[in-house]
Amino acid sequence: MNFEEHAGKALLKARGMPVPDGRTVDSPDGAADAANALGGPCIVKAQAPTGKRGKAGGIRPADSPREARAAASNILGMAIDGYRVERLLVERRIAIAAELYAAVLTDPESRGPVVLFSTKGGMEVEEIAAAEPGAMRRIEVDIARGLTAGQASAALSGMDLLGQSDAVAWFLAKLYAAYRALDAELLEINPLALTDDGRLLCLDCKYTMDDSSAGRQAPVAEAGAPERMTALEAEAHEAGLKYIELDGSVGVLANGAGLTMATMDAIAHYGGRPANFLEIGGEAYTKAETALTILLGNPGIRSLLINFCGAFARTDVMAEGVVRAWRKLDPDIPVFFSIHGTGEEEAVALVERELGHRPYDLMDDAVRAAVGAAAS
Amino acid sequence: MILRREHRILVQGVTGKQGSFWTRAMIDYGAAAVGGVNPRKAGTVHLGLPVFASAVEAAREAPFDAALMFIPPAMARQAAFDACEAGARLVVCLTEHIPAHDVMEMLAAARANGTRIVGPNTAGLVTPGETFAGILPAFNRRVFRPGGVGVISRSGSLGTLVSLVLTQHGYGQSAVYGVGGDPIVGTTTREALEILDADPRTEAVVICGEIGGSAEEEAAEYAAGMAKPVVAFVAGRTSPPGKKMGHAGAIIAGGKGDYRSKRTALEAAGVAVADVPSDIPGLLSAVTADRRAPPIRR
Repeated sequence: MNFEEHAGKALLKARGMPVPDGRTVDSPDGAADAANALGGPCIVKAQAPTGKRGKAGGIRPADSPREARAAASNILGMAIDGYRVERLLVERRIAIAAELYAAVLTDPESRGPVVLFSTKGGMEVEEIAAAEPGAMRRIEVDIARGLTAGQASAALSGMDLLGQSDAVAWFLAKLYAAYRALDAELLEINPLALTDDGRLLCLDCKYTMDDSSAGRQAPVAEAGAPERMTALEAEAHEAGLKYIELDGSVGVLANGAGLTMATMDAIAHYGGRPANFLEIGGEAYTKAETALTILLGNPGIRSLLINFCGAFARTDVMAEGVVRAWRKLDPDIPVFFSIHGTGEEEAVALVERELGHRPYDLMDDAVRAAVGAAAS
Repeated sequence: MILRREHRILVQGVTGKQGSFWTRAMIDYGAAAVGGVNPRKAGTVHLGLPVFASAVEAAREAPFDAALMFIPPAMARQAAFDACEAGARLVVCLTEHIPAHDVMEMLAAARANGTRIVGPNTAGLVTPGETFAGILPAFNRRVFRPGGVGVISRSGSLGTLVSLVLTQHGYGQSAVYGVGGDPIVGTTTREALEILDADPRTEAVVICGEIGGSAEEEAAEYAAGMAKPVVAFVAGRTSPPGKKMGHAGAIIAGGKGDYRSKRTALEAAGVAVADVPSDIPGLLSAVTADRRAPPIRR
């Protein structure tokens, strides 16, 4: 789950971390009022959970309330990376001496948290790494021990931090603590400004929460940006199913992420195009009826491929759900089955008896038949 | 380690619906289940097994080699700590949706105690004809048969499909290693490959990978130096970037973790990559013939 800049900064501020004074507004008048209240030069920033705001012209300086109003009129309604801008963050603009980079992230390779720090901030982390590999420090943190300012300080040794190395070490320890407390997957401050008067200030904040932690982080998660979904995707999400709409014509219902992806790949391999990703593996295996109802709501589907390879997911339970949905909806669409694994005998017998379809013994034969039916 | 019939298994969460169903299946298959854990039912007997308050307590009365976790996400960290502290050599963690910070803490505890964690979000381990631990239909003889092919899979359903395809073509399996679909796992695809490489009963290995992360690229580095033939299938060729494809770990982000990168790395390491799972047996037969390996069809 991603957070817009203003939401991330509010969380940092609540933890005593330095962020610029600012207001979140949703109109040109609101932007002018905010600029007036802040006094002096400010910056008007589009709020969207994407890193492409600056390049898209969604971040503009303003030296007066009138300029802030004009900037806001320009930015509001803009589409950035597919997001429509509905909110702005108006912040006081401060003279800065240097732009630094700081982040904490969950690193699958070292299987622990990693702190990244660079004296070259303000550009993409990949660009920093490419431009000056030596300017990036990487600290692998033992999660059982955490990160103290002392450890951070040792890791920064030899870097030119304009006399602020203690402040930076303190900041990194605070950032790590915030990453832990917020169950972050990524907490990135880029740029981290060093101001003319020697303070550190988070000029931007990119916060991604680990999706599996949204339950225990419920109050924080409420401030997260909703995922972009189609109407059917949202309906599936409500029902606890993962459904992704694609532009093909062969509908796919399978159990388990790996099998579902492999089924889509097989459809493409035999010359067809999958209409969706929809899996009912794991705990969702009892939801075949709902899943099929959602899937059939996609008007682009010309044939349907049901591919079960049950492990935890019992194929007999999934087949019962399919039969129930079929009876209720009575869809006029060719359907092809392949069923193996846990509960296989019962599932195959049920589908034959109730729907008059004999599941294919080989998955590829079912895929070929479904692709052929969609093309005809 | 490869799970063997003699390995004693403790089932954490044995009394739940799924814990009961699968433990029953494991016992029927011949797995050496020695006890269960449920703090609220300590002292009782379930499925003929003694139930303990904790793994640490179980270790005193019913020593075990491996712990199998049927535990909800919010309690998984504590259960894993308990199993590690009890001295488990192996912990098989089936749980999906454990907070990533908890997973990192579990893995740190495992490292400190010399425990290997398999998972989280794995379907478990099957050693066909011997034993299994997890939620794979080991008992279905149309799917799993004893043989010489080691199977590694990030996905339970895909590992089941690939085992089925192998069995349909006369290839039995030496061990099926579910490594799990989370971005961070205790045993990576590469580590499972090292384990199967060292296993004398494994004559060839099939890797079932998927998009997201760099597990296949890391495994390819190791495969390049292996004498045993390796074949792979990578799921997700047609998956759109930026979307989590069911598994938390299955996402193409910032151009990383895509199909092309994985396939290229595997092929550069001499691993034959199948376009569809049904191509695996043919590739296996070609590479084993090339290397004059002993026949592994049964």
